[in-house]
Amino acid sequence: MRPFEAVVADHGPVVLRVVRALLGPADADDAWSETFLAALEAYPRLRPGSDVRAWLVTIAHRKAVDRLRASSRAPVASADVATLAGGVEDESDEAVAERDPALWAALAALPFKQRAAVAYHHVAGLPYAEVGALIGSSEVAARRSASDGVAALRRTWAREEAS
Amino acid sequence: MTTDGQLVAHLTGPVPGWADGDDGEVVGRLHARLVDSAAGAGLLDVAYRTVATPIGTLLVAATPEGLVRVAFDVEGHDAVLEAIASRVSRRVLHAPARLDDAARQLDEYFAGRRRRFDLAVDLRLASPFRRVVLEHLRTIGYGRTESYATVAAASGSPAAVRAVGTACATNPVPVVVPCHRVVRSDGTLGGYLGGLDVKRALLALEAA
Repeated sequence: MRPFEAVVADHGPVVLRVVRALLGPADADDAWSETFLAALEAYPRLRPGSDVRAWLVTIAHRKAVDRLRASSRAPVASADVATLAGGVEDESDEAVAERDPALWAALAALPFKQRAAVAYHHVAGLPYAEVGALIGSSEVAARRSASDGVAALRRTWAREEAS
Repeated sequence: MTTDGQLVAHLTGPVPGWADGDDGEVVGRLHARLVDSAAGAGLLDVAYRTVATPIGTLLVAATPEGLVRVAFDVEGHDAVLEAIASRVSRRVLHAPARLDDAARQLDEYFAGRRRRFDLAVDLRLASPFRRVVLEHLRTIGYGRTESYATVAAASGSPAAVRAVGTACATNPVPVVVPCHRVVRSDGTLGGYLGGLDVKRALLALEAA
């Protein structure tokens, strides 16, 4: 079994993207930290041959749901677009442009199941059966949530490009 | 028209500050925070860092009890970390600040400004007999040498010369536990995990 440091190096970035997609950058760092601390605690009991990324996404999902329940907050308003894009100070203009704030804001505005399905399938690469198990849907319904989510994002994004 | 592929590419693009090999502030900040909270929760079973020295880059790893492993380049640091994960704990994190003291003492040693290490060692990677041998090695003074036979006698097993050789060859914390100070009775060097050039360099450093 690999040292936990290798798990952080291999999967840290994708888990950060997943929690950003789920919660927005403001809460993403805390959710990432909670996810990896819980994973570190449980790692010695993880069975050899397990899909480490799927395991981490499962933990991240639970942490994100806990946070959303605790705050039961409204979706991030589009006024927060600049914050959404960042969460890091002193970044270059180039980095901000790459981040595509409009897309992340649109993601934040999606219903949770669509947002989660997009994050788990398209960002984390989980198959729809596993996505469904996480969000409490069938495989078919998970696929539909992701495709509805992507369709909504595409509409928003296309509008941004046109404007 | 935007394709789904382009859209997904945007979602899966690099997280700024966490590009490959980039020690940007996102990775640095979150990783450092993880190390701190892991230590606070008693989950940092093994911390490690590397230390640049005249004999190459040393990997230095410690448990809460003390220094558990010092490894040479030739051992392959990744392989050593994998072995630590299976033999000590999988909870291994790169945590340089936790080993600042060890790094400073090694710097001083290689600069000729330190003659003994004031560091706790955790010899759990050695068997009980080898532990006895290693404890004896800690009493061999800077710049001195002992033969394998002398060490065997001092460890209470005069006949166990070969076993002493094995204990030295498998010393989990070389340099700090000075197995390089053990040589053959005829004055030749014997073996060394880090290579004979390294053993020669350490003895030359201490003779200076």
